[in-house]
Amino acid sequence: MTQIPERADFDLIASWVQPGERVLDLGCGDGSLLKRLIEERGARGYGVELEDAEVLAAIRNGINVIQGNLEQGLSGFDDQTFNHVVLSRTLQTVRHTERILGEMLRVGREAVVSFPNFAYWKNRMAIMAGRMPVSEDLPYEWFDTPNLRFFTLLDFEALCAKMDLVIRERQVLDDAGHLVTEEPNFLGSLAVYRLGR
Amino acid sequence: MSGVGIVSAQRAHFSQLLALKGGSVLPAFDLVYETYGTLNAARSNAILVCHALSGNHHVAGRTADNPANIGWWDNIVGPGRPLDTDRFFIVGLNNLGGCHGSTGPASPNPATGKPWGADFPVVTVEDWVDSQARLADHLGIDAWAAVMGGSLGGMQAMQWTLSFPERVRHALVIAGAPKLSAENIAFNDVARQAILTDPDFHGGHFYEHGVRPLRGLRLARMLGHITYLSDDQMAEKFGRRLRTGAGSYGFDVEFEIESYLRYQGDKFAGVFDANTYLRMTKALDYFDPAQDFDDDLARALARAKAKFLVVAFSTDWRFTPARSREIVHALVHNGQAVAYAEINSAHGHDSFLMDEPHYHAVVDSYLKRVKL
Repeated sequence: MTQIPERADFDLIASWVQPGERVLDLGCGDGSLLKRLIEERGARGYGVELEDAEVLAAIRNGINVIQGNLEQGLSGFDDQTFNHVVLSRTLQTVRHTERILGEMLRVGREAVVSFPNFAYWKNRMAIMAGRMPVSEDLPYEWFDTPNLRFFTLLDFEALCAKMDLVIRERQVLDDAGHLVTEEPNFLGSLAVYRLGR
Repeated sequence: MSGVGIVSAQRAHFSQLLALKGGSVLPAFDLVYETYGTLNAARSNAILVCHALSGNHHVAGRTADNPANIGWWDNIVGPGRPLDTDRFFIVGLNNLGGCHGSTGPASPNPATGKPWGADFPVVTVEDWVDSQARLADHLGIDAWAAVMGGSLGGMQAMQWTLSFPERVRHALVIAGAPKLSAENIAFNDVARQAILTDPDFHGGHFYEHGVRPLRGLRLARMLGHITYLSDDQMAEKFGRRLRTGAGSYGFDVEFEIESYLRYQGDKFAGVFDANTYLRMTKALDYFDPAQDFDDDLARALARAKAKFLVVAFSTDWRFTPARSREIVHALVHNGQAVAYAEINSAHGHDSFLMDEPHYHAVVDSYLKRVKL
């Protein structure tokens, strides 16, 4: 992943977090987002991460990282403990999609979810040309991708409707990290949602 | 990489009364300790290493009289190691009630002049922390940069944050638990019964009979040792191998695992005190900081001001990762600072003593963040 779109994703999330709020970042990696939310927004942050190397990197970054597997849910975290529960570019790698979304809104008042849009026009072009897409936001080959779920903005919103999740805000970015306002399911490479109950 | 080299123990005498949780009072006591590295001018770089059931003050280095006598956690202490003696001042002690020089059941009872034996009080984790605070005063350490321990040592690290919230900035709770389970207590009781029913125990006053309850202590250690290892590790290390290649259809040592356990039991019984063993296991059993808070661990931990590193090991079935996660989730509930790593290791509960690179990297990375 390149730095530019990641920053754009983080910029949006950072703008939604108020000083003193508690944030849980699921799949927090090395804790870059949390570090930023803590330093720039005065948030109190925790991260959950599975991979040893990322946990180590997060500890190096001084992050409250908790090693654990999202597929096993968030048992142990109490109801409504966090103002925001973030799942940045990770939903597509989770098998138990509905469960994790439900868990996010159990432990937090708001779920912030970002994911690559499989219906982005460049991805559609790749498929039209007969190849699975590899892009800034889908940077893997089909044989080594950690992604399990391939879905679009429309697919995701249909799931939200089915689960009675309220979409409070949606922002869509192209692969240069610029905001997309028109035809988001075609022109958007990465979507960021704020969800509530 | 070399460690801390030749070390020697020191002794501190404390002449003020120590009131114990069990209701009795120790009129005075000694603690034996070792230190590694140098206390800085601000006295802000001290780390206390608390020992587990059978540990002592000899955490690292070698003793001058016996170069084979290497400290029990030597692999983690030294220049460039996670507990970096170029940066930190490390203190290890033998706990009160121990049998490696600190006041304990084999020490003379000032009231009688004879060894305390059975009359030495049962000491708790809280009592240990109180006595360790006296040692901190003695060393001129107002606040530890960190208190750290594995297993029962991790319980002491936790208790420090509760007994003296202002005096510990970081707590490293390794292979720990917020309290023992019924199964844990059951194992401890079988170990105690082995000692208590040994005819050479003499109700705890065996010193004056010139004997030691070696059989009981040996059995206690054999049982304990089984619970410190993992099934996989035992299978790999010993399997079903026989020492002679064929069964003798008798009851002598046949399987390699039997040989190993008996060796460990004998070695331990030769150097450890049965009265100390009884008291160490009781301290484990009694530890339960949530007890006074309606079993609500989060409420119990709320007064802690330290930041926590909690580490658990995948094959530890004595104190499973789930037990460590109880501590983690209570801290998260309170909004307290905590990092948690779950280490893949084959070595069961004993993993915390092993030189496992990722585990040591976690501790090293955490301690590098500790400001002096």
